[in-house]
Amino acid sequence: MQIYLPIAEVSVNAFLLLGLGGIVGVLSGMFGVGGGFLMTPLLFFIGIPPAVAVATEANQIVASSFSGVLAHLKRKTVDLRMGIVLLIGGLIGAALGVVVFNYLRSLGQVDLLVKLCYVVFLGIIGGLMFIESLNAIRRSKKPGARATRRKHTWIHNLPFKMKFRISGLYISVIPPLLVGVAVGILAAIMGVGGGFIMVPAMIYLLGMPTKVVVGTSLFQITFVTAFTTMLHATTNYTVDVVLAVLLLVGGVIGAQIGTRIGVKIQAEQLRIMLAIMVLAVCFKLGLDLLLQPAELYSLGAGGH
Amino acid sequence: MLLRLLALLAFIALPAHADEEIVLGLSQDEIDITATFVGSEILVFGAIKRDSPAPDGQLGVIVTVAGPDTPVTVRRKERRFGIWVNVDDVEIAAAPSFYAVASSADLSRVLRPSEDLIQQITIPQVVREVGANVLDSQSFARALMRIRAGNEQYQRLEGAVSLSRDTLFETRIKLPANLTEGFYVARIFLTRDGNVVDEYVTTIPVKKVGLERWLYNLAHENAFLYGLMSLAIAIAAGWGASAVFTLFRR
Repeated sequence: MQIYLPIAEVSVNAFLLLGLGGIVGVLSGMFGVGGGFLMTPLLFFIGIPPAVAVATEANQIVASSFSGVLAHLKRKTVDLRMGIVLLIGGLIGAALGVVVFNYLRSLGQVDLLVKLCYVVFLGIIGGLMFIESLNAIRRSKKPGARATRRKHTWIHNLPFKMKFRISGLYISVIPPLLVGVAVGILAAIMGVGGGFIMVPAMIYLLGMPTKVVVGTSLFQITFVTAFTTMLHATTNYTVDVVLAVLLLVGGVIGAQIGTRIGVKIQAEQLRIMLAIMVLAVCFKLGLDLLLQPAELYSLGAGGH
Repeated sequence: MLLRLLALLAFIALPAHADEEIVLGLSQDEIDITATFVGSEILVFGAIKRDSPAPDGQLGVIVTVAGPDTPVTVRRKERRFGIWVNVDDVEIAAAPSFYAVASSADLSRVLRPSEDLIQQITIPQVVREVGANVLDSQSFARALMRIRAGNEQYQRLEGAVSLSRDTLFETRIKLPANLTEGFYVARIFLTRDGNVVDEYVTTIPVKKVGLERWLYNLAHENAFLYGLMSLAIAIAAGWGASAVFTLFRR
């Protein structure tokens, strides 16, 4: 069944969108990731204009992360204080990101920026995950794994220290603020929640305990993507609510199925599969930039 | 100057053949873009009315349908630092968002180039380019035509007008799903030996209706409210999913 999207102004198959939402939902349920970094490129591939894909995906992430954060609030695994510091950074970053996005859009370079961001970040994250999980599998074969100790680094010497009771940390607010800004910029430019950047940063950079990391990042993502949605909706008019609803429905159902599959598969295998998938998307996007395109010309709306 | 002279000549030449006139019908006088819009087809049909016996010369019928004119930026990629980047751009002042030209025979046979220049019938005539900041701006205009032809936005349908007994004609123009809203202008030309002897112009409004109209208007006129509505839907869906999920677990 074809459906006409009022903002994207293209006609697409409704079942294709439901299916895409479902597949990404399954993956996000299996791996515990937002799925924005997979969904946005997939929307590019099926012909949704990149500006609409990015803005609408931000709106969809609001739904999935809100549903996630509710579950974490019940389990009391959200460090609200840390979440708010990250959020302040995130809002600043998102505002910066939308300004950069609109500026490059007027130059006609927004597609390039978005795709380059994807290639770089997916490449780094996918590569690291792949190596890490390979090592984990190798280590699990021979017992006696090393325990990592928290180190005292330069991060602990910065001013404006603050107590984060739930995380059991007494650190400067500057690093979490900067992490928030970075994630906010990415959210606005790439149409992702940024969990895949924030979670490693929280564990390795801030030294937060793993059990509060996911809930706290979801808390921050909910508000930052909501803010991004509003910015895109009011400055670019590129949020397509029909597209968002179709993706949502598929995503919600898919996430439930995914969670059940995820329980049955081993964690290391799961991570390797995710890493391969991330690298595959990265490879495809990278190839598009490197190879000579069949059509060198592209059309954009006129009037600078 | 030459153009004006030609136009003047054509104007003077017209009354000589004015004894042939187009009588037109359209299958629909309005196109609505609904939620399930997959494109449309308009049937243009009509007859040639004559008060006196048909004059000599080969008869031709040309039907054009043009969407609203919009400015377009055409960008060209070049290899920079190993990757393909948009480097040059040319602003096309006005290009129709949709253009179809159908004719009863090959255009070269039913339309003189001079007439094409005056009436602006074929696709290269309707795409006007200005504001070029690179040397080969023509290749940008050609790229625009090539890309739009690939999307079925520009159609050259030679021989698609069926003409029976030199009196009745009809053709179907397929409109793709990605239509721009606005007034579509249908022009029908009657030619003898490649000279236009009569012209008929009518407009077909194309507009979003119902939910599509409402959402589009809301998004542009009340962007803040639209954003809040999108968020409300997302939060309700997220909350609903979480509620259903906990219900399943019990």
